[in-house]
Amino acid sequence: MTAQSNTVKRPRVALFVTCLVDLFRPTVGFASIKLLEDAGCDVEVPSVQTCCGQPAYNSGDSINAADIARQVIDAFEGYDYVVAPSGSCGGMISKHYPDLLAADKDYADRARKLAAKTFELTQFLVDVRKVDKVTARLDGSVTYHDSCSSLREMGVKAQPRKLLASVGGLTFKELPDGESCCGFGGTFCVKYPEISNRMVEEKTDNIVKTGAGLLLAGDLGCLLNMAGKLKRQGSAVQARHVAEVLAGMTDEPAIGEGER
Amino acid sequence: MQPTSHRFIDNAHEALHNETLQQALANVRVNFIEKRRIAVEALPEFDDLRKAGRDIRDRVLSDLDTHLLAFEAKVQAQGGQVHWCADAEAARKTVLKICQEAGAKRVTKGKTMIGEEIGINDYLEANHIEPVETDLGEYIIQLRHEAPSHLIAPAVHVTQKQVEETFRKAHRDLDPKRNLEEPSSLLAEAREKLRQRFLSADVGITGANFLVAETGTSVIVTNEGNGDLTQTLPRVHIALASIDKVVPTLDDLTVLLRLLARSATGQEMSVYTTLSTGPRRADDHDGPGAYHVVILDNGRSKLLGTEKQDLLRCIRCGACLNHCPIYHAVGGHAYGWVYGGPIGAALTPALVGLEEAHHLPNASTLCGRCEQVCPMQIPIPNILRHWREEELRRGLAPVAMRRGIGIWAFFAKRPVLYRLATRIGARLLRNFAGKKGRLARVPLAPPVLTQGWTDMRDLPAPSGKTFHALYRQRRTGSS
Repeated sequence: MTAQSNTVKRPRVALFVTCLVDLFRPTVGFASIKLLEDAGCDVEVPSVQTCCGQPAYNSGDSINAADIARQVIDAFEGYDYVVAPSGSCGGMISKHYPDLLAADKDYADRARKLAAKTFELTQFLVDVRKVDKVTARLDGSVTYHDSCSSLREMGVKAQPRKLLASVGGLTFKELPDGESCCGFGGTFCVKYPEISNRMVEEKTDNIVKTGAGLLLAGDLGCLLNMAGKLKRQGSAVQARHVAEVLAGMTDEPAIGEGER
Repeated sequence: MQPTSHRFIDNAHEALHNETLQQALANVRVNFIEKRRIAVEALPEFDDLRKAGRDIRDRVLSDLDTHLLAFEAKVQAQGGQVHWCADAEAARKTVLKICQEAGAKRVTKGKTMIGEEIGINDYLEANHIEPVETDLGEYIIQLRHEAPSHLIAPAVHVTQKQVEETFRKAHRDLDPKRNLEEPSSLLAEAREKLRQRFLSADVGITGANFLVAETGTSVIVTNEGNGDLTQTLPRVHIALASIDKVVPTLDDLTVLLRLLARSATGQEMSVYTTLSTGPRRADDHDGPGAYHVVILDNGRSKLLGTEKQDLLRCIRCGACLNHCPIYHAVGGHAYGWVYGGPIGAALTPALVGLEEAHHLPNASTLCGRCEQVCPMQIPIPNILRHWREEELRRGLAPVAMRRGIGIWAFFAKRPVLYRLATRIGARLLRNFAGKKGRLARVPLAPPVLTQGWTDMRDLPAPSGKTFHALYRQRRTGSS
C-alpha cells in the first residue's frame, strides 16, 4: 500500500454500498472500507442510501429514477469522493445522473459535480489514490469477469488486474471472450430468462475453461448470476467480489456456498 | 413483410432450440469480431474517422431536406428521376409502375434492405413480374422463402449443408452426382444459374448504401459484383433508398466508405464500390436507358429532432449485430421484422410501432458493446431506454413490471422503511436457504419476479444481516 504523507489532508470518501451488497454480501462493504482506509481515506457511510435508481431508470421509469438520484445527490454531494464497489452503480451516478437530471434546474449542475467525483472502487484506488499493491494473500488461481458497465462506462479493466497482481500466491487466468456480457442485465434476466441463461452458460463454460478455482468480479449482480449458474451446474468453481480478496477478507463462504 | 416482433419470446425460444441455427450463429462471432478488430487496429486514426463520419451524418440530418432536394436536382439534370414515397405502399406502387411501363417480365435484384422493408418481391410476383435475387446470400434465402437474418450477410443463419440441399431441390437440372461440398462449387452453381437471368432481365433493382447530393449519384458496395450487373445490364435501373442515405459530397462519401467496410467485414474496402450517376449517356458504352431513385420515408422523418434522431446516422455495417450477445443467442429472425440486432431493436419500433415491437428494446442487457463498436457512435442503449420510457408512459408495459417497479421505488425513496424491509428480506432468504447458502427456488415470492431466475440458476442466499445493520452494530458497539 502506498503510504500517503501525513501532511496531506485525508480525503473524506462516502461509500455507496449498493443495494445488492447491502442485502446479499455485507463483507464487500467492509472490505471496501478497509481498502479505502488503507489508501489513506476517511470513510463514511451516509445512512440515507438505498439504491442508485438504476432498476427504475433501465425500466423506463425516469420519474422514480430521478427522485432517487436527487436523494443520492443530497446525501453524497458533501464529500470529496463517492466510491462504489460496483461499476454498474458507479456508472449510474457518474454517467447517467447528469442525463437524467439535465432538465432539473436545481439539480443538473449538482448531478454533474457528483458525477465527476464518483468512482468504481478499484478505479479509485489505482487512478485517484495511486495504490499499486495490497498486502493480501490468496493461494490459488483466479479469473476475472469485467462487468459491462465497469468496462465500457467506467473504463475499468487494468485497475483490478494491477491490484490482483500484488496479491501473494495468486495466479491470474484471463477469461476468454472476456468482453461479453454475462446475461444478468438487471430485470432482463427474469424477463428474458432463456436468453439470459444462454448468455450465462457461455460465460460459465469460459470460466471453467480457464481452470481457475475462483471467479472474481467487481459487480455483485454479475457475480450472483454467474455463481448461481455455476452452483446449478454443480461446478466447484467459487465466486467472490474482488474487494474481498484484495482486502484479505475471505473467511466468509464464497457466494452461494454453504457453511463450512 | 408482416412483423412477428410481438412474438419475440416465442421466436427466441424456437431459435435457441434450433440446433442448425445455433451452429450457423457460432460462426458469426468468431469471424466478424476478429476481422473487425484486426482492421481497426491497423488504422490508428480509426476513432478520428468515426468522429468525422458522425459529424458528416449529423450535419446532413440537421438539414436533411436541403440535401435531399439537392440530390434530386442533380439526378434530374442528368436525365434520371427521383420518386418520394411516404410509406411502403407508395414505394411498392412506384416500383411496380416503373416496371409495368417498361413492360418488364423479369427483374434482377441486388441487395436492398429497403426492398425487404417494403416487401417488393412478393408484390412484384403477385403482379406477374419475376424478381430474381442476385446476391448469393439473398438468392439462397429467396429459394428458401426466408427473410434475411443479417444486414450484410442475409443467409448467415443457413449452414453450407443447407445451401447444398436448397440448390439440389431448386435447380431441377442439377446432376445428383455433382459434388457440392466446397463453397466454391456452390458459388459456381449459383453463378451459372444467375448468369442466364442477368441477361434476360428487363429491370434491375438495387439498394443504395449512399446517395451523393453534389453529383446525384447512388452508391452500392458489394463483394460479388452482382450489383454491378444488376444496375448496368437491364434497360431500367431502380435504386431503392431511404431518406437517411444522402451525403453531401464525394469527399464525405470516402470517409464513410473507409468506416463501412472495416466495421462490417474487416475489409479496407469492399471488393466493388460502384457509383451510378444517371442513365446511359450518348457516348457511354453501356448502362441502363432509365435511372430511377425511389426514396422512402416510412416513419424515419418522425425521428428527426427527437432523442432518437441518432439512429438515422446508421450506415448498416452490421457491427452491432456481430458484437451483440442477444443476436448471438437468437439470430436475426427472432426480432420478427427486417432489421435484427441492436440497431433493429432500436429502429423497428419507429417503423412498425411500439405496440408491435415492444419486446425488442427490452430484450437487452444494455451491455453497451453495440455503441462501442458502432462506427457512427449511435447511443443504442440510451435509445432502447427511451423506448422503455415511452412504453411505460403509454401504459404498454406489462402490469406486473409496472407494479413491481412502483413498489420497489416506494421503498427505495424511504430509507427507513427500506432498511426494515431489507433486514426482513435478508433474514427470510437466509432462513429459507439454511446452511446450503443458496436457493433453488424462492418460497412465498411471486413467481413472475423470481421464476425467471430460479428456473435457470440458483439464487445465492444473503448472509443474513444487511450491511447497514451490521455497520450500525459495529459503530455503536465500538463507540
